[in-house]
Amino acid sequence: MNDRLRLPACPWRARVSKFTQRVMAGLVPAIHAAPQPTPLGRFRSNRNIAQRLGVDGRDKPGHDVLSLSLKRWRVPIAAALLLAPALADADEFSTLSRKAPGFTEVAPGTPIVFPRDFAAHPGFRIEWWYLTANLRDEAGAAYGAQWTLFRIGLDAEKEREGFANQSLWMAHVAATSAGEHLFTETLARGGVGQAGVEARPFRAFIDDWSMAAPTDAPPDAGLSRLRVKARDAAFAYDLELVTDKPIVLHGDGGYSRKSDRGQASYYFSQPFYTVAGALTLHDRTFKVTGEAWLDREWSSQPLGQGQKGWDWLALHLATGENVMLYRFRSESEPDYFAGTWIAADGAAQPLARDDTIMTPLAQTPIGDKSLPTRWRVEVKSRALAIETRPLNAQAYNGTRSGYWEGPIDFKGSHEGRGYLEMTGY
Amino acid sequence: MTRVVWALVALAAHWRRHPINFAALVLGLAIATALWSGVQALNEQARESYRRAAQLFSGGAGGVVATSGGLFAQDLYVKLRLTGYKVSPALEGSVRIGRNVHRLIGVEPMTLPRRMRLSGVAGGDSFSGFLRPPGETIVAQQMLKQIGAAEGDAPLLSTGRKLPPLAVSAEAPADALIVDISFAQSLLGKPKLLSRLVLGDGPKLDQETLKTLSGGALRLVEPQETPELESLTASFHLNLTAFGFLAFLVGLFIVRASFGLGFEQRLPTIRTLRAIGVSACALVAALVAELTLLGLLAGALGVACGYFLAAALMPNVAASLDSLYGAQVSSRLSLDPAWFLSGVGMALLGALAAAASGLVKAFHLPTLQVAQPFAWREEQQRVMLRQAALAAAALAVALAALLFGESLAAGFVSIAGALIGAALLLPLLLAVVLRFAEHHARTPLWRWFWADGRQQLSALSLALMALLIALATNVGVGTMVEGFRQTFVSWIDERLVAEAYFEAASAEDAQPILAWLQNRAEVAAILPTWRTQMKIAGGPVEVFGTQPHETYRAHFPLLDAAPDAWARLARGDGVMVSEQLARRLKLRVGSMFEIAAPGGLWRAEVVGVYPDYGNPKGQLRVDLDALVAHWPDALRTNYSLRLRAPQDAAPLLHDLEAQFGAKIARAIDQAGVKEISIGVFERTFAVTAALNTLTLLVSGVALLATLMTLGNLRLAQLAPVWALGVPRRRLALMEFFRLPLLALATAAFALPLGLVMAWLLVAVVNVEAFGWRVPFHVFPGQWAQVLALSVVTALAAAAIPVLRLARTAPAQLLKVFADER
Repeated sequence: MNDRLRLPACPWRARVSKFTQRVMAGLVPAIHAAPQPTPLGRFRSNRNIAQRLGVDGRDKPGHDVLSLSLKRWRVPIAAALLLAPALADADEFSTLSRKAPGFTEVAPGTPIVFPRDFAAHPGFRIEWWYLTANLRDEAGAAYGAQWTLFRIGLDAEKEREGFANQSLWMAHVAATSAGEHLFTETLARGGVGQAGVEARPFRAFIDDWSMAAPTDAPPDAGLSRLRVKARDAAFAYDLELVTDKPIVLHGDGGYSRKSDRGQASYYFSQPFYTVAGALTLHDRTFKVTGEAWLDREWSSQPLGQGQKGWDWLALHLATGENVMLYRFRSESEPDYFAGTWIAADGAAQPLARDDTIMTPLAQTPIGDKSLPTRWRVEVKSRALAIETRPLNAQAYNGTRSGYWEGPIDFKGSHEGRGYLEMTGY
Repeated sequence: MTRVVWALVALAAHWRRHPINFAALVLGLAIATALWSGVQALNEQARESYRRAAQLFSGGAGGVVATSGGLFAQDLYVKLRLTGYKVSPALEGSVRIGRNVHRLIGVEPMTLPRRMRLSGVAGGDSFSGFLRPPGETIVAQQMLKQIGAAEGDAPLLSTGRKLPPLAVSAEAPADALIVDISFAQSLLGKPKLLSRLVLGDGPKLDQETLKTLSGGALRLVEPQETPELESLTASFHLNLTAFGFLAFLVGLFIVRASFGLGFEQRLPTIRTLRAIGVSACALVAALVAELTLLGLLAGALGVACGYFLAAALMPNVAASLDSLYGAQVSSRLSLDPAWFLSGVGMALLGALAAAASGLVKAFHLPTLQVAQPFAWREEQQRVMLRQAALAAAALAVALAALLFGESLAAGFVSIAGALIGAALLLPLLLAVVLRFAEHHARTPLWRWFWADGRQQLSALSLALMALLIALATNVGVGTMVEGFRQTFVSWIDERLVAEAYFEAASAEDAQPILAWLQNRAEVAAILPTWRTQMKIAGGPVEVFGTQPHETYRAHFPLLDAAPDAWARLARGDGVMVSEQLARRLKLRVGSMFEIAAPGGLWRAEVVGVYPDYGNPKGQLRVDLDALVAHWPDALRTNYSLRLRAPQDAAPLLHDLEAQFGAKIARAIDQAGVKEISIGVFERTFAVTAALNTLTLLVSGVALLATLMTLGNLRLAQLAPVWALGVPRRRLALMEFFRLPLLALATAAFALPLGLVMAWLLVAVVNVEAFGWRVPFHVFPGQWAQVLALSVVTALAAAAIPVLRLARTAPAQLLKVFADER
């Protein structure tokens, strides 16, 4: 009770102070409350949600994962959802991370079935639909766009109706130009129709943001055609995505291992979209074209321990091939590398752990942090050796848990464009 | 500096020999401070509560409610969100725990705008605990007490359901139970329904868009009317402040009397100090230092007492603010240092003001003249003349305020001026009376009796002035309250004719209820009382629509009406206005009234003015059809029921609730409404009565203290009379009766003064403060009470000194001659 009395007048205050913010990194409160992420395999930054969810406290009364950090972090609840439990010490963490009771376990050999697995999986703890797009306007200027929807399950009991539903939804959208990075977020409760994902025809939505099969697409179009919309006071986009290439399953038929301890997720991508549409930045609208990458991942698994954060890359090579790479940084163990080499026809080949070398080249100060925004990347087996360069080194999402997410291009043995994500700095 | 310290020590030693005088001084100042700071605490607490209430739901941004009132489907919320408007859903309702009804608010913490206080509350430190079953009920500490539960308990509701376990938050509003929207919907039995949307950031929602999107089902409302609370309740608080100040004034009279006496008694000491070389400056510095210490001591004591006083009165104040204005005031006091300091500061200033004349005198007094105690009494004549001049000035101010002022403050200035003027005149009047008695006395002893009384007057006058003010206030306030009570009760009886009243949850819900009622044999008539709210000239006004019916024609009390008022109202070209509204807008029967209704400007004639006691808002009554035509958005949920027999009301309402449950928002019978209304009244004036009594108590203390300190000094006057052969017993008896006689004379003077005050309260203060004027009644029974009270007070005050006199040893009396200087 006393703790409650000491609460700040409004724990939400740390929420993004405007709906959209120009990144004044470091001035955004959430940045200071950055997570100490521990990886759920190749989970992407905001996916330290996954970590939160991994830290199930229900076997420890009073330590429910969702309640953990609010008190100390002076952050809104969603931040609490997102933030890794830095306050949980290693022992407690490992105890907690053993199991996520009640939720469906990720198991090898489970077939991924479409269109079923496009939709939400209420039996699982956490999942997301994650789109990043590299765009260019008619004058040749480069842009980036991000559209992300998360679902977090509060418990694995029978789905409750209405506001009592146990799913919480959260979305991040962002638009990046060379000059600025705009982002915003929104939250919703499940069960009332404010947010959700339907499989056929595909439709993921929250408020007036959506990623859905266009109305004129045939019902069984799956993910081959999408219309992605987001709107905020400072920016908006409306993009048409199309591809005829197959969906790519990562790992072992979509069973993607996250650590040697058995943490895993179901994970597939569609990296082959070509994009056409409109991007509005502060009342100026640009006709844009480009390419986009969709990630789809769900899991209930707890996390490993000791890792500080990760650096993730999605690369569209000029050759038509695509590469997904990540490294988990750990204090106690060597960095963990993984990736998938995707041929131009969609054939996917997992990359061995020692096949990848990622070397930071240049640090960019953002607020009171410093992030490596330029990288040297090598994949030895494929003779890939490139240097990446951000479109906007300040592409930091100052959302409840801050992370860097922005478009890059690269030169070297191969050329092309892609997206970089960095967490835990 | 040392000199000042030693002078201070020498002067302060006096108090050790005169502890009663000292006690009177401290007590007087402490009581005055207690009353003042207690009232300040009440006011501050109330204002703080308004501010909290204002932030509770509005956050200054208003919200969205159902056009027809009541509830709306949560799908409309989803629709707005999917269109991009950042609204957050809420459902408000009432639940009963035991015998008490509490407000339940369901919120959705994920979408609540962060600026809102409730978001902090609902965020809590356990977010999933708030959302997931069994959930949490966030309450303020005092709510726990009200419910009589502990944190973690899950109180049982009258519906048989249990609230989610209670969790205390300092951020929680004092009067509400906060739960997640999902629990609110199920506990209130309103699945998929909402009562309000809170506006968040993001795109601005305008009335037109909302109308289109919701198919007319939703409308934007101004930020909750809570900000108005402060202005609506301002007069109530001014009343309290005025009372507090009055009490402080009475307290200052005591301080002045006590300090004056102390000063006189210490003249020999002062002379000695001056004679041994203490400068006048050092002396005054010592006196000021002494006064400061006294002020600090008494101030601190007074503020502490003020806290307890406020704590004792707070529940009543909170209750009356709630029922009068719907203002939710937390009944638990929370105080800040500024309040404490201001209380002590007030005590210090008061002490200095009360002692100022003594200080000036000490500064100017020639050393040699100091030898004569009671030197000031020689100036009595001059003092009286000066007082008379001051009194005339005060009365002139009072009259001017009355004639030219048109505000509540002016009303209070009139009252204060009249009271002070009369108080200053009091010694003069009493002197005249005593002189008259002296001239007509038959025996020398009686002549002495009266003459001595006159001589005593200057010492007693301050205490008597305090008594006069207290008695006059008693008469004035008593007359006003009693007059209001009579008017109010008979008005309520006339006004509440319908046997039962109900409010449907929404206009749609009302339809089946009406159909059901029409088939009940005991129902004689169903009278719609549809209503809406609007602002006229910046103030909130309720608009009521009624159908023509015998109930109104025969019973509705009117202050003034056109001959065919009800017929013209029914025709739809006339309106009736409440007295408050009429006064505010300066309307009379026959005035044309332009009303900016949502349906267009409406020019209507005022055909009647009716009393509407106890309502802080203005009121307008129109024909039902006119209401629907000019206010299409009016709430169509309220109905009055005429029954064939009054005793049918309770069973009918019972059946109604059993039949329709959640479709009924409220249902109450006539007796219930009366009980509530009279309750409001009683509580409102309970505080007034308490302060009134305390003021009288203070003046009693003043009288007692003065007489106690006079006791010893009186010996000098009594000893010669005793030496001439009057027995001590006789002397004591004469002493014993002189004071009640003076008190009686004071009371006699207080009666007309009290009536003047009552008239000012009824005709000026009430009209300005509340907007209504009740007929002026007089209550001679009350006067007798006041007279008796004054005599009893005086007897009690005189008893102890007189007993002491009767027991004084002859040697003591003889010593007077030995000691004579």
